[in-house]
Amino acid sequence: MNEQHESGSFLVEMRGISKSFPGVQASDGIDLRLRYGEVLALLGENGAGKSTLMNILSGLYRPDSGEILVGGRHVTISGPRDAAALGIGMVHQNFMLVDTMTVTENVVLGIRDLAFIPDMAEIKRGILELSERYNLKVEPDAFIWQLSVGEQQRVEILKLLYRNAEILILDEPTAVLTPQEAQELNHVVKRMKGEGKSAVFITHKMEEVMSFSDRVMVLRKGKVVAGKDTKDTNPRDLAKLMVGREVLFQLDRKPFAPGSTVLELRDVCARDERGLPALSGVSFMIRAGEILGIAGVAGNGQRELSEVITGLRKASSGSISINCVDFTGKSPLEIIRSGVSHIPQDRIAVGAVGDMSVANNIAMKGYRSKPLSFAGMLRPRKILELARKMIDSFRISTPSPETRVKFLSGGNIQKTILAREIESCEALLIAVYPSRGLDIGATEAVRKELIAQRESGRAVLLISEDIDELVTTCDTIAVFFEGRVMGIMPAAGAEIEEIGLLMAGVKPGTEASA
Amino acid sequence: MIGLISSILTITLRAGTSLVYATIGEIFTERGGILNLGLEGIMLMGAVTSFAVSYYTHSLPLALLAAVLVGAALSAIHAFLTITMRANQVVSGLSITLFGSGFASFLGQRLGPATNNHRLVGLVGAKFESFRIPVLSDIPIVQSIVSQDILTWGIYLLIPLAWFYLYRTRAGLSLRAVGENPQTADAMGVDVFRLKYAYTISGGMLVALGGAHLSLSYTPGWSENITGGRGWIVIALVIFSMWNPARAIWGALLFGGINAVQFRLQASGTNIPAGFLNMLPYIMTIVVLVLITWWEALSKKVGAPAALGQAYMREDK
Repeated sequence: MNEQHESGSFLVEMRGISKSFPGVQASDGIDLRLRYGEVLALLGENGAGKSTLMNILSGLYRPDSGEILVGGRHVTISGPRDAAALGIGMVHQNFMLVDTMTVTENVVLGIRDLAFIPDMAEIKRGILELSERYNLKVEPDAFIWQLSVGEQQRVEILKLLYRNAEILILDEPTAVLTPQEAQELNHVVKRMKGEGKSAVFITHKMEEVMSFSDRVMVLRKGKVVAGKDTKDTNPRDLAKLMVGREVLFQLDRKPFAPGSTVLELRDVCARDERGLPALSGVSFMIRAGEILGIAGVAGNGQRELSEVITGLRKASSGSISINCVDFTGKSPLEIIRSGVSHIPQDRIAVGAVGDMSVANNIAMKGYRSKPLSFAGMLRPRKILELARKMIDSFRISTPSPETRVKFLSGGNIQKTILAREIESCEALLIAVYPSRGLDIGATEAVRKELIAQRESGRAVLLISEDIDELVTTCDTIAVFFEGRVMGIMPAAGAEIEEIGLLMAGVKPGTEASA
Repeated sequence: MIGLISSILTITLRAGTSLVYATIGEIFTERGGILNLGLEGIMLMGAVTSFAVSYYTHSLPLALLAAVLVGAALSAIHAFLTITMRANQVVSGLSITLFGSGFASFLGQRLGPATNNHRLVGLVGAKFESFRIPVLSDIPIVQSIVSQDILTWGIYLLIPLAWFYLYRTRAGLSLRAVGENPQTADAMGVDVFRLKYAYTISGGMLVALGGAHLSLSYTPGWSENITGGRGWIVIALVIFSMWNPARAIWGALLFGGINAVQFRLQASGTNIPAGFLNMLPYIMTIVVLVLITWWEALSKKVGAPAALGQAYMREDK
């Protein structure tokens, strides 16, 4: 950064901030300046150090070195309390809300000068007044677990506004929103800016940088690579700065030529852990050589859908057939044997065993039969042989096949699972948020692999919340809302606007939400 | 008949008192996310120290103070191991119980006067007496409630206060948040570590009071294993009350009632074997746990603090 102002003209100034975690230098001498009444976008890939930097400003992490000035004065932020006292508030990527408490209770939690016996009626009035002023609709008496993700985010923002935060930090706030909700958020941020508040906005989406921010700072591997006024830049330049090379926005693919039906769901219903309906009357089919994408805000039945198909969850009614054979209510093992592979949502919990080696994780599906085992005994040399092959062809970066999986980066854990599932895939590949948490390079690799599966005549079910990913990767898109299929359309020529409306439960041509 | 009911109710409340102290103590500890399985040991230590102090000083306040301090000390060990050292809460709690039971038994054989072979068994110390309130103490049923000692009167106050504290005050809000979601509580400026310590220790104090009630009021004196497994029953009662202090009374009444009926039946010379009667509370514990789990599953209500049993550290990646 070449501009040199006197420190008094900045609201926040972070100088030479460094922070390392075991094995990772998350921040490496970062300088950040936030002006009064400005929205600053922090752009970078996963692991670039954006969240770490902001967690330092909000008091959750302490820097190894560096200094922080707020309003021109040196400050020590040793905890979230100190940050709150300085008017700094953060909306974390994974929301900081207590599910079993009401909106009101969450808003006032931890406020220092709250009365010992708080006057809840009075507080509710305050919340309603704020929610009116910023157009953030919430029900103060609702419990957090009853709210949609978009509503929960409103509570998070209200929490900061209620505390009179002057500096708002938003960590990837649109990741969980429909395009329309993201638009509303943009309005809220603009309104706060209008009242003289400032915001730091963490994202890895170029379009949002362009529409939300006044200035943008690009981070790569814990270092600042650029700081620019937003109006002086464009998405392509930003992407290049962020990744450090040119990025492909288009993927090569053969024309769409579907074969016979591989997976067919008819009127499938299922319940979630709470016993509430998670899927209601879901019907669709996927043919060989087709990628069907499931669009929708996370938590609208996608996880349950993948579990029902893979046999991990029972369908309460309806039928599921694979290659025209009925597989309703069959066990996961029977379904695996029919040629179905599954890249689960929570890769650490369900997809891989962190304490087992890369080789064993790769062998986890094929170990029951030759060549990996013989007469009930594992054959370690064959397993290593397979692992070396997979590590090579999927470019898994690991010190050795015997390294425990939990020591790999998120992208490499994902590639390990991908290698195993794709290797064993014969008919249908189910990928749930396969690129979530991956950087652009790894994401590109995953998408190419999915298309390669399609090209070799398999059916692919891709569940994603990234509309761009769906449009570029899929042949057909089905939109989910509250466990129902809102619409199915060809991906070529699909309008993002229309998908967004369906994701929010609005059928085209109707005003009321379903 | 009404006389019989009245006398059963009297014993029920008396027997339930120590359960209420311990249950509410453990509810506060668990609301902070710490599971303390050291209850049995803490109750025994509370019982033995308070009895010894009451025997030598004849001062009931000093006896209670001793119990509370011992309860604080033992639960402070648990707090240090589980919060600061992040040890496994189950292992730490079980070792507190093993230590407390053994040490209480040891003290019972050493603290007594030379004339009693240094034993505490068989001695008589100061004990709490029931109040006699004019008029009220003569009305059946009502008398069962009012003709009680100060410790039982204490639970009449403790239950509503504990409920109000947990659900209506700023401090209670912070406590509930810590047990449900310490990351969030921390990010919102709640001092998670301080609160976990505070409620583990103060919960342990209440548990020790429950022990003191046994040796100073319910069965005055010291005998080996005076708690008779009450510490374990309390673990079940916390679940039964679904971590709500207001509901602690029902569990205490239920188990106090079993005690009272047991007492009555034995006194009336029934031919039900004594061994079976003694089994009742433990069988009931199992029945209650099964029912509550079944009911929780049916009503979709989840009562346990979500972060119960988990260690918390801020910069965990």
